Amino acid sequence: MIVNEQIAIDHGLKKDEYAKICELLKRTPNITELGIFSAMWNEHCSYKSSRLHLKKLPTKGKKVIQGPGENAGVIDIEDNDAIVFKIESHNHPSFIEPYQGAATGVGGIMRDVFTMGARPIANLNSIHFGSPQHKKTKNLLRGVVHGIGGYGNCMGVPTIAGQTSFDSSYNGNILVNAMTLGLVKKDKIFYSKAAGLNKPVIYVGSKTGRDGIHGASMASASFDEKIEEKKPTVQVGDPFTEKLLLEACLELMAGDSIIAIQDMGAAGLTSSSIEMASKGNLGIEINLNKVPCRESKMTPYEIMLSESQERMLIVLENGKEEQAKKIFDKWNLDFAVIGKTTKSKKIELYFDEEKVADIPVNTLVENSPMYDRKWKKTKLPKKNKIKKEDIKHLKIIDALKKILANPNVCSKEWIWQQYDHTVMGDTIQKPGGDAGVVRVHGTDKAVAASVDSSAVYCWAHPLTGGKQVVCESFRNLISVGAKPIAITNCLNFGSPENEENMGEFVECVQGIGEASEYLKFPVVSGNVSFYNQTKDEGIKPTPAIGGVGLIKNFKKMITMEFKELDSLVLVIGKTEGHIDQSLFARNILDEKNGPPPEVNLFNEKNNGETLLKLIDNNLIKSAHDVSLGGLITAVAKMCIKGKKGINIKKPKYLINEIEYLFAEDQGRYIVEINKKDFKKVADILNKNAVHFDELGTITEKNIYINSKTKVTIDELSTSNKNWLTNYMSK
Amino acid sequence: MKSSVITFPGSNCDRDMDVALKKFGFKNKMVWHADTELPKSDLVVLPGGFSYGDYLRCGSMASKSKIMQSVINFANSGGMVMGICNGFQILVETGLVPGVLLRNKYLEFICKNVFVKINDKKNKYFKNVDNQVLEFHIAHNEGNYFCTNDQLKEIEDNNQIAINYCNENGKIEDQFNPNGSIKNIAGIFNKEKNVLGMMPHPERMIDTSLSGEDGSLFFKNLINNLK
Repeated sequence: MIVNEQIAIDHGLKKDEYAKICELLKRTPNITELGIFSAMWNEHCSYKSSRLHLKKLPTKGKKVIQGPGENAGVIDIEDNDAIVFKIESHNHPSFIEPYQGAATGVGGIMRDVFTMGARPIANLNSIHFGSPQHKKTKNLLRGVVHGIGGYGNCMGVPTIAGQTSFDSSYNGNILVNAMTLGLVKKDKIFYSKAAGLNKPVIYVGSKTGRDGIHGASMASASFDEKIEEKKPTVQVGDPFTEKLLLEACLELMAGDSIIAIQDMGAAGLTSSSIEMASKGNLGIEINLNKVPCRESKMTPYEIMLSESQERMLIVLENGKEEQAKKIFDKWNLDFAVIGKTTKSKKIELYFDEEKVADIPVNTLVENSPMYDRKWKKTKLPKKNKIKKEDIKHLKIIDALKKILANPNVCSKEWIWQQYDHTVMGDTIQKPGGDAGVVRVHGTDKAVAASVDSSAVYCWAHPLTGGKQVVCESFRNLISVGAKPIAITNCLNFGSPENEENMGEFVECVQGIGEASEYLKFPVVSGNVSFYNQTKDEGIKPTPAIGGVGLIKNFKKMITMEFKELDSLVLVIGKTEGHIDQSLFARNILDEKNGPPPEVNLFNEKNNGETLLKLIDNNLIKSAHDVSLGGLITAVAKMCIKGKKGINIKKPKYLINEIEYLFAEDQGRYIVEINKKDFKKVADILNKNAVHFDELGTITEKNIYINSKTKVTIDELSTSNKNWLTNYMSK
Repeated sequence: MKSSVITFPGSNCDRDMDVALKKFGFKNKMVWHADTELPKSDLVVLPGGFSYGDYLRCGSMASKSKIMQSVINFANSGGMVMGICNGFQILVETGLVPGVLLRNKYLEFICKNVFVKINDKKNKYFKNVDNQVLEFHIAHNEGNYFCTNDQLKEIEDNNQIAINYCNENGKIEDQFNPNGSIKNIAGIFNKEKNVLGMMPHPERMIDTSLSGEDGSLFFKNLINNLK
């Protein structure tokens, strides 16, 4: 086939991009070469619309061992231990084929982590679906949950936390973001940078099939009515093979034969070989006849673009082939020497003794397109004035029950009970809390992780929303007693070719950058997913932030359930009464406009760090951050989990009761303390200029508000627990 | 006391079992599925996981692996063999214990704490356990125990039911059955009661910081009974 402009366009390249390829090569590419360019230059692999902006994120810090640019980020957790972690999207495939899409998303992110030498110790996920009433939602949710469980459970890695939301903006584009944490010794981290000439290039893992060809290109375009035809671009997962691959790789890594290792993820053999060569400033020569194939008569084009899962590429030290092969034989995995490193700085492919591709590596990487897309700033919306007559007829308890049963607040037990969250025997905080916590096996340390996003805030004002998500992650870690260390981000947006969507991206990234800089909570890895869009309809901007923190002594971990009768309950942080964009405004008042709550980074940092001090001094019995649904929702959840009640007395603020209870002001936590410790706690809070309210005392069975309103915890618990189970069983 | 834990391709609770056995005083060895000789053992454990991906019937591939002939011989000569979760599935595939394990009634993987009632204490696994009810943890997709009426009669006549799903007070009712197992069966013995297959994972309940401590009770008792 002779390549022309139309064929290039069919590969998702733009006219000028095709012209640039011809200019760089000084000739017309053949079809294999065009396939390679289209795979490397699509949005998913090249970050061509986002690179310019991602550069502004703070990525360095005292605890950062490896920032963005590798398979995953790495942070120091002391004693020669390090945590490798990353979040990644698998949105497009999951909408087309929810089970396999989600499963391979989980498989892909785990591979990114163990490629670096780390054993995965925890999985998390952030999943977003269309309106519950939409005809596809239920099946998509079921398929995605089964897929995540199917892969993670088989791998024997606990799924310890997550987030699920519903919003009609995801009707045509669901989001599936998977995150993995792995544990590694600091001096045994593996990287993808090739080094040395004539070193053998090894292919290990599953055989290559025709599945997933052009998967990365599919994920770089919007959906239209022909979406069903894209099913063959979705990969099929085999968690059993991945489990074997994990054990085999870790066994090989225990020795010293690996120079570089890279998993075959998006764009398969193409991107893995090119990335290794590019980082090492080398060339790579591959004989495609040596690649283990699952199907007969696969062409070079298909072999290079296949996204078959569970495969790795390794550059080995000379002479170590036999020793390495033994390990992969033991685990029943393919092992093939397919090529070698060269000094040509080119990728050279041979098939049937013919050279089928010859491309300078730098044209694919450094010379890949980078766009400064046009973008539009979002103005801060005007505040709504809540009218007294709109709320005076509202009953607090009715509103609270409605919020607790809201799909975005209700208990997600139906979901996480399907994930093995206890395997490996170190899960000390299960899903359903502020963050999941796993012990560092055999030590006193524990690692906390959470994943958060607030699409509504980001949609209302991207800059504020971006900051808010980072702060929420910070708070969730602090609520379990962990010191926040670093984050990974998964940036899910609509089309970058649309100025508004691009503006949302730019400003969310700016917000994330400002907050992470201020909180010393750097970004160490991440992923961008654009084109979450069907025809002209894009999703609400949904940056998901995965935060990781350290608890030095796991016995000091905090959980959210109320512990003891007669304990005192405090609200840390000031309640200003910000109702706009709160769940109360949207769900009860049906008001969709207005600005999101303001983020005050000084207060976030100060309140959080002060709470950590209180925890360190053993003064806190339970804690929970205030988020969706406001203070009363947070308190109700602590009551439900602890099977206890509370007697609330609203402090004498100027704001009214509804505003006090349902506002979503930031930087707040609910904490339980022993009455006798009040003076000590108050002293520390006052000394650090942290505002706090005395909210009430823990009682049995009921929530009382100012002695006049009363509801039983059983009633609230029923509202909270039943929605999802009922929805899925209908 | 010496124990052996068999690692099949796809086992994923083998390390957890190793940790638990060692914690309570066993000298444990990990044994590879392709080996033929079983080390000298007082207890052999088939751990949980997804042996061979469970792509065929759960446990069926593993039941044919090389080491299993030695395990079967060991069991037939009275050796203690315990299969947990996938290990239980492997045991039913070998025929060492009767019945089959079907997919959970609600067709979903389920991971949570459950209560089980000890049905029989005249065996080395549960002898001298003070409690009648234990809080254990389950994590499986195929734990729905089933057998024919004739088999069930035999099992009951021989008192082969080890544990049943129940509530915290030991009440065995349908509503406390997490997976649809016949008679709420969570674990059974062979006739001689030296082989135990059960779905719950005692190795995940060995620490106050984890889901609970009734697993500790189980292992402490087990090693004492074997002495």
